[in-house]
Amino acid sequence: MKKQLFELRVNGRSHELAIEPNRLLLDALRLDLQLTGSKRGCDDSSCGACAVLVDGTPMLSCTMLAASCEGQEITTVEGVSEHGALAAIQKAYGDWGGAQCGFCTPGFMMTVKHLLATNPNPTDPEIRDALSSNLCRCTGYSQMYEAIKAAIQAEQKGMAART
Amino acid sequence: MTTFSIIGKPIAMVDAAGKTTGAGKYTDDLSLPGMLTGKILHSPHPHARIKRIDASRAEKLDGVVAVVVGSDAPNPYGILPVGHDEHALAVDKVRYVGDNVACVAAEDEATAERALELINVEYELLPAYFDPEESMKAERDLIHDNKPHNVEKDYHHVFGDPDKGLAEADHIEEARFIANEVTHAAMEPHSTLATFDIDSQTGKPGRLTVWSSTQVPYYLQHKLSLVLEMPMSQIRVIKPLVGGGFGGKSEVIPLEIISAVAARKAQRPVKITYTREEVFWAHRGRPRTIIDLKTGVKNDGRITAVKARVVQDGGGYCSYGVVTILYSGALLGALYDIPTIQYDGFRVLTNKPACGAMRGHGTVNVRFAFESQLDELAAKLNIDSAEIRRRNLLQAPCITVNGLRVQSYGLPECIDKVVDRSRWKERKGKLPRGRGLGVACSHYVSGAANSIIRSDMPHSTVNIKIDRDGGVVVYTGASEIGQGSDTMTAQIAAEVLGCSLGRVKVVAADTDLTPIDIGSYSSRVTFMAGNATLRAAEAVKKQIAAAASKKMNCDLVDLVFRDDAVRRSNGISTGHVGTDALARPAEGAPSFSRSLREGGDVDSSSPTVSGRVEGQILRGSLQQKRKEDDAPKTSMSFEEAVVAAIDFHGALTGTGSYAPPPEARGGKHKGGGVGPSPAYSYSAQVAEVSVDEDTGEVTVHKVWAAHDCGRALNPVAVEGQVIGSVWMGMGQALTEEMIWKDGLLMNPGLLEYRSPSSVESPEVEAIIVESIDPEGPFGAKECSEGALAATIPAIANAIYDAVGIRLHESPFTPERVLAALRAKKNAKPLNLTEGVDPTSPTTFREHGGALWFKGKGPERHEGSVGRAPSPASGEQ
Repeated sequence: MKKQLFELRVNGRSHELAIEPNRLLLDALRLDLQLTGSKRGCDDSSCGACAVLVDGTPMLSCTMLAASCEGQEITTVEGVSEHGALAAIQKAYGDWGGAQCGFCTPGFMMTVKHLLATNPNPTDPEIRDALSSNLCRCTGYSQMYEAIKAAIQAEQKGMAART
Repeated sequence: MTTFSIIGKPIAMVDAAGKTTGAGKYTDDLSLPGMLTGKILHSPHPHARIKRIDASRAEKLDGVVAVVVGSDAPNPYGILPVGHDEHALAVDKVRYVGDNVACVAAEDEATAERALELINVEYELLPAYFDPEESMKAERDLIHDNKPHNVEKDYHHVFGDPDKGLAEADHIEEARFIANEVTHAAMEPHSTLATFDIDSQTGKPGRLTVWSSTQVPYYLQHKLSLVLEMPMSQIRVIKPLVGGGFGGKSEVIPLEIISAVAARKAQRPVKITYTREEVFWAHRGRPRTIIDLKTGVKNDGRITAVKARVVQDGGGYCSYGVVTILYSGALLGALYDIPTIQYDGFRVLTNKPACGAMRGHGTVNVRFAFESQLDELAAKLNIDSAEIRRRNLLQAPCITVNGLRVQSYGLPECIDKVVDRSRWKERKGKLPRGRGLGVACSHYVSGAANSIIRSDMPHSTVNIKIDRDGGVVVYTGASEIGQGSDTMTAQIAAEVLGCSLGRVKVVAADTDLTPIDIGSYSSRVTFMAGNATLRAAEAVKKQIAAAASKKMNCDLVDLVFRDDAVRRSNGISTGHVGTDALARPAEGAPSFSRSLREGGDVDSSSPTVSGRVEGQILRGSLQQKRKEDDAPKTSMSFEEAVVAAIDFHGALTGTGSYAPPPEARGGKHKGGGVGPSPAYSYSAQVAEVSVDEDTGEVTVHKVWAAHDCGRALNPVAVEGQVIGSVWMGMGQALTEEMIWKDGLLMNPGLLEYRSPSSVESPEVEAIIVESIDPEGPFGAKECSEGALAATIPAIANAIYDAVGIRLHESPFTPERVLAALRAKKNAKPLNLTEGVDPTSPTTFREHGGALWFKGKGPERHEGSVGRAPSPASGEQ
């Protein structure tokens, strides 16, 4: 297939890419932009390790064409940390054991980021429901719930300090 | 030392930030200039002879750089010295659907995939064996010519007099249990990147460097050396971040060898990353196990004898099979006091992907059978299920009837804790119908006392280097795979040296840089690499102490290393030092100056306390401090002490290694090398479940898991490992199962192979029990595997408590639960595929994979041609 030029906006920056129109978004991110944070765990949108935000909504980049994302704002795990420091959810995942092998973690980061953006005070069942889009094989998910609650607390404390 | 500054504290993994930001690199995240993509051609047949491979059309395809086949690297290998039955690519035969036939190295993935289609392989189909008990009857068309009846290995062990034990028993229970096949399904698909350097002297390809997702870099280095016929010194294996292993990366996986073979032929770097379906074919998971178990007990619940006959469906190659079948028998011991044991184990070959080591290696399925049967006996004798376990406790320290040495034994406390936390006494048997509680126990080794390669070499060695900057660099071969190996290493080094964690840098699992460590498997890392780190840090600390004691003019024993400083303990840093302490000559411990004079290995011409600083840049603050006080100090900063030590010794390095003590290495009987461990972890669990009697669905509401890990070096990490083990056990208990049809895996995807999602995962209350092992580092034992085995029987026993059915086959799917419920009511069994096309899949979850989709799978419909005649009457 012949390559064409596409413009992708990733983590707030525009990139002009010469890629095949059938290039998957995950391959465009990992191979063309060297953003290797998003992972390929399953090839068929089963596991969620490749999740990125497209205009704020978590999407599975392993089964999505890069060309279809033109004009949309893509956020990958590399765009989560703030001013070079860990975001609250990243810090909390480390502190509370939310990441063990870490391979599913980038996908979870995007899912949790979306959850907290749309529902800043989720109940336990809401957290479970939200996380069910991603698979983890190490943690049994339990410590992730602690991490998410700690991150919400930290965020709220931070907000209180700022105002 | 009574209190610790870093040990026992819940700290974030040292590599956590790299994982949460995406900055951390796994193998597939790496690339090299000129790198090619490798793709493997797999066999579509379960058992066939390769008559001819024609790759000429593929080789001519634009963008294809090399095609490699079996004859490019024909040397056999295998993880066990007794099991060298694999080849990088099939040499004469394929033995399972998915076996490796050829590999294309091309400029990109799409080209490589197109090239695979152009390779023409001519097969001669052979009868295939899918059921282990059928396979054992085979007389001809053997899977491996040197394994009669397709039996890889069988063992027959008798300890004590089990027949006498059964004669003395008041009650005997006997049943067949089946645990179906499960796999690791680690989130990271296997990946390997291999490249050859050009040798400057010869101008030809020289050294090989391999980055791979492996739990065992040193074994990989060894097997690469066998297959490629290169000295190990010319091979460097580097383990980047690994996205989970659970045993699936604890041996050499075909792509690791194939990528190197392809890189050699292509003369370019080659990376191969498995698709998820290929990961399922690579497998090496927990074998389907048929357990015929017989247990005798006295009226008081005391066990008199256990007889077990175990048949494992090992797949097409040996893999770790010989070890797996031995673990199944050996770890009947060391949990309870069992006076007599008879064990007959058969590891059988079938035409399916090879099974190998998986979390709880060899012990899990037998533990499911044993703990279920013990529960049945308790019910018969009207003894409480927790109580019958208490009545069969070991009297530790002891050596079991099968030669296992048990020292620390926290099982009694584990049982007490889960009984207490789950309010077992108030609630057991009193919950509403459909809801129940069950208890079970398990244990596991803290590393195998005997390496798979028989030798006296240490199992772990660690080097530590400290330079004038005060940075502590720990070189360890131990493999971080997400379990916290690097963090454990940093914690132990920092605790011993009394420095902050931030000073410690861990350089791990790089065969060029780090001393040998046999890998991350059998839950050995904390115990063995931890002990080696402890010893290396002690060796360095001794050197720092010698210099510091001289500087502070005190005994070595008076020094305390803590909080980034070295202090005199009796002076307690009040500024002024007692005169007697100053005047007291160092007699107890050998004074440093004396050891200097006697040792003579240090440059005697110039070392002085003030330091040799020629050519060295010291930090301004240190020079400032030097000027301030010439009098003996009561404390020094860590950096000052390090500089003083380097001034004395010229360099500051230390080495520590660990080999299990001879008395922990087990009995002398054939196969007695597997099972012994320097220490065993213990686990007791209570599961609370409900069973929907209309649908057969089982829901686990909560699991209380108490685990004796010796000492929790990092409680967050320990709890994470325990919860993860329990969770994985729950997956095997309820939903996870590899479903086969004519040797073809029906569910090779992460949605079809159903590991539980967050909505199906219960709360797990992890309860840490610390028995402080006498030989573990700071008393620590394993915590990453032992808890898994108890979960399956705890759930089975809870199902019995809820609805009164005994399930003897895992996983406890709605189909099986419903069948058992109907059998109990003498109702007609449900046939879920009644009225459906008889050649269609027999279960709802059958799916098939890429091969099936492409129409390459074994054809099953009537009138098909070329179907392999199958001596096995039916699939499982």
